[in-house]
Amino acid sequence: MAQDKAQDNRAWLGVLPVMLIVAFSGVIPLMTVVNYSVQDILDFNTRFFVGFEWYRETLTDPRFIDAFLRQLGFSAAVLAIEIPLGIVIARGMPTQGLRASLLLVLLATPLLIPWNVVGTIWQIYARSDIGLLGVTLNEMGFAFNYTAEPLHAWLTLLAMDIWHWTSLVALLVFAGLTSVPAACYQAAELDGASKWQVFRHVELPRLKGVLVIAVLLRLMDSFMIYTEPFVLTGGGPGNTTTFLSQYLATMAVGQFDLGPAAAFSVIYFLFILLFSWLFYTSVMRSEEDS
Amino acid sequence: MTWMAWTLPTAVFFAAIASALLVLIALELKRPTLTSRGWLPMATTRGDRFFISLLGAAFIHLLWLGLTPWSVLYASGLALVWLVVIMAKG
Repeated sequence: MAQDKAQDNRAWLGVLPVMLIVAFSGVIPLMTVVNYSVQDILDFNTRFFVGFEWYRETLTDPRFIDAFLRQLGFSAAVLAIEIPLGIVIARGMPTQGLRASLLLVLLATPLLIPWNVVGTIWQIYARSDIGLLGVTLNEMGFAFNYTAEPLHAWLTLLAMDIWHWTSLVALLVFAGLTSVPAACYQAAELDGASKWQVFRHVELPRLKGVLVIAVLLRLMDSFMIYTEPFVLTGGGPGNTTTFLSQYLATMAVGQFDLGPAAAFSVIYFLFILLFSWLFYTSVMRSEEDS
Repeated sequence: MTWMAWTLPTAVFFAAIASALLVLIALELKRPTLTSRGWLPMATTRGDRFFISLLGAAFIHLLWLGLTPWSVLYASGLALVWLVVIMAKG
């Protein structure tokens, strides 16, 4: 028993390089941001301690609250659409042969396109004067204009995100499905299980791991989305598609308000940490229960 | 270190967290944690409860700052009670 314990402790030395890298690239910058968030920074040498003033100001700022609610709505919509859609696509894919390879390449293509290029593609594609999608919708009788109508801007943003990221979910689920033993399908078939029952009782329990990763990745990514909306709508019309990161960038880079922007960043970070932890814990708990 | 723009309160804050982590490591070496179930809805280790305490304390402060005009010291007191309760009974 004592020997096992000693081995466990030595194993921590193997984690040391990772801890150092995380400290260098994550923990120390985060500590610096916390330091900034309690100060009024006029220039590099002139700083005043202001306590929690920036936090109070941010938390009571209507623009922050609006951007936060928009962000929640966007992430919820993204998860509600991309996860089921990714599962459906992955389940419909052939598992081997040339078609499977071609489909995998095709699915991976949107993931290879840089975010600002995706934004530009959709900005042109959805334009009501020259864009294929915008012109087609207008020809069909819909008065589509994403630069003037908030609903249209939201739908375009969602469509763009689904186009860009559903592949990731599909690929992860596809990888998960390939690990389901054929014997499980055969047993389900012998029992006369329906397609839904096969999915619910054979596939879903084995997909839990990849689905946790898929949901966490999409949750965090959609909660931090910046480039695509910045290029596509610029946060407009009005502020209707201004998400947290865009508001933060305006504050930190545009206005150079480092103190308030740092407080904003810490709050933003805490919410992402909370959501990720809640989600991870609830999934792990349901795994324990089952 | 000046580039990190340290202040005394933030230095004390991070030193407290670092000390707490060192205490947890020492405790772990001396008396390894067992997963236990208190009134939290899931089984937790000592480290889990410490993380929940810190996260909860952060949100107690945020809620206090966002919803009340009163001194944040009350929130710190509340967070301390929360920390003790979670570590002992969570």
